[in-house]
Amino acid sequence: MINRSLKQLSQALAAREISSLELTTLFLDRIDRLNPTLNAFVTVDREKSLKMASAADARIAAGTAGPLTGIPIAQKDIFCAEGWTTTCGSKMLANFVSPYDATVIQKMHAEAGLVSLGKTNMDEFAMGSSNETSFFGPVRNPWDTSRVPGGSSGGSAAAVAARLAPAATGTDTGGSIRQPAALCNLTGLKPTYGVVSRYGMIAFASSLDQGGPMAASAEDCALLLNTMVGFDERDSTSLDRPVEDYARDLDKPLNGLRIGLPKEFFGEGCDAEVMAAVRAAIAEYEKLGATTVEVSLPNSHLSVPAYYVIAPAEASSNLSRFDGVRYGFRAEDYANLDDMYMKSRAQGFGAEVKRRIMIGAYVLSHGYYDAYYLQAQRIRRLIADDFVEAFKHCDVIMGPTSPTTAFKLGEKAADPVQMYLSDIYTIAVNLAGLPGMSVPCGFVGGLPVGLQLIGNYFAEAQLLNVAHRYQQATDWHQRRAAIE
Amino acid sequence: MSLTLEQVKRIAHLARIEISDAEALTTQGHLNGIFQLIEEMQAVDTRGVEPMAHAQDVSQRLREDAVTEGDRRAAYQVVAPETEAGLYLVPKVIE
Repeated sequence: MINRSLKQLSQALAAREISSLELTTLFLDRIDRLNPTLNAFVTVDREKSLKMASAADARIAAGTAGPLTGIPIAQKDIFCAEGWTTTCGSKMLANFVSPYDATVIQKMHAEAGLVSLGKTNMDEFAMGSSNETSFFGPVRNPWDTSRVPGGSSGGSAAAVAARLAPAATGTDTGGSIRQPAALCNLTGLKPTYGVVSRYGMIAFASSLDQGGPMAASAEDCALLLNTMVGFDERDSTSLDRPVEDYARDLDKPLNGLRIGLPKEFFGEGCDAEVMAAVRAAIAEYEKLGATTVEVSLPNSHLSVPAYYVIAPAEASSNLSRFDGVRYGFRAEDYANLDDMYMKSRAQGFGAEVKRRIMIGAYVLSHGYYDAYYLQAQRIRRLIADDFVEAFKHCDVIMGPTSPTTAFKLGEKAADPVQMYLSDIYTIAVNLAGLPGMSVPCGFVGGLPVGLQLIGNYFAEAQLLNVAHRYQQATDWHQRRAAIE
Repeated sequence: MSLTLEQVKRIAHLARIEISDAEALTTQGHLNGIFQLIEEMQAVDTRGVEPMAHAQDVSQRLREDAVTEGDRRAAYQVVAPETEAGLYLVPKVIE
């Protein structure tokens, strides 16, 4: 039962083969048993989950259930959920019980009838690529517990990979869904910016942040995405678009699909065996009827530098709200108001978050704004324009998700720059605001490798189709970590 | 570009983060490493390129100037470090 797809679980619930209460209990028991090893969840509340499961069973009995009603999932602890502790991986919010629901949570709970199993561990305020910056300790990769699961959605990735949950939510500012999906053998999708509401999703870099699904397959991701999207007047950058069924094109044949291969993604900088797995996946696509064409993203080498100006600048502004006044941590001893701010923030934030706030404060400060912040925004335009040009010649872009497989805990923790370079292939997608996916495409030394798919704006259904057809022809995504 | 220790302390102050001398020294090393990475941008000629603030070129949406939310002050203040009579308490600012 724990390895079933969302569609299979939905069928089992509809056929009364199992109740939501039983299914939820099955996963909660598994969390109890395996979470001490993995540290994937930071909050589990059995009573709350079971109450939601009972309500779902009532909906199923009454015939008012949606396609995913009664299925339990894991929520990244960046989404505010009413009555749930919502920490964002930080000491700053360690005791914050959210008084409201994020739109994504509200949609999943009230509309879709999904059951939340708990809140998953993450890099503090989503700033990290290994889940090691969490105040609640690192998450371990189910494929090798001496290694990181990736980040920042590392808890969600480890939870699904170890089948502590059938699927999970994640968020992606520079690769935080795709990179952990790659490192844990999952399928993950970052939608086009503006498709998923950011209301109640604790802000890191507002012009880049986007929520999305993490699951075992493209089909699961499509079904979960259907419950997450929609216009939201409470998010000023939410896009008012017609509702789509993201599963509608899953089975479309790939004949004639033009795959763009950016030469910059196939040069130096990627592990040779990871690259071999990616190339083998592209060869499989050719067998499925696709053709390949070389394209160029000439400014992609500037995406990491531009990102590390823009994201910290936005973070320094967003995180100024944590001042120990309205919510969150307040230092015990202070001399005056200013000292209270200084001490609360010094004690409440971890080292990486402080570093990024300081970079942001600097690049926005008088005399440096033009040279750094505006220059980064101009480069952001060049990067986005490169994609516009590339999509004149292809339908989808492919390459590696991450330059390496999962690295060892502690391996990159001391050197921020090395950690930042884990996201060299994913960041440009956020800067341009495009949709991107990671799809399992092989193993190197027993560790998963991810193939990145990048689509044009609003091409989520097409990306899911491209991923699904590959998953019909291969079984990489069905391999499970041997953790019991 | 290389940040001096004094600059690091000034940035920490701007960000309202207390920093000890020892932390400032470690931070200086890390920030200079990061800025070395960022400096790659400076070689690019971006004259005539419009800065891109946002992924979608849409203008900010405005809504009717009307009350849409109910009063949830009590629920929102439960999570505050210190409140009294509906007010957030902070150390005295004006003598």
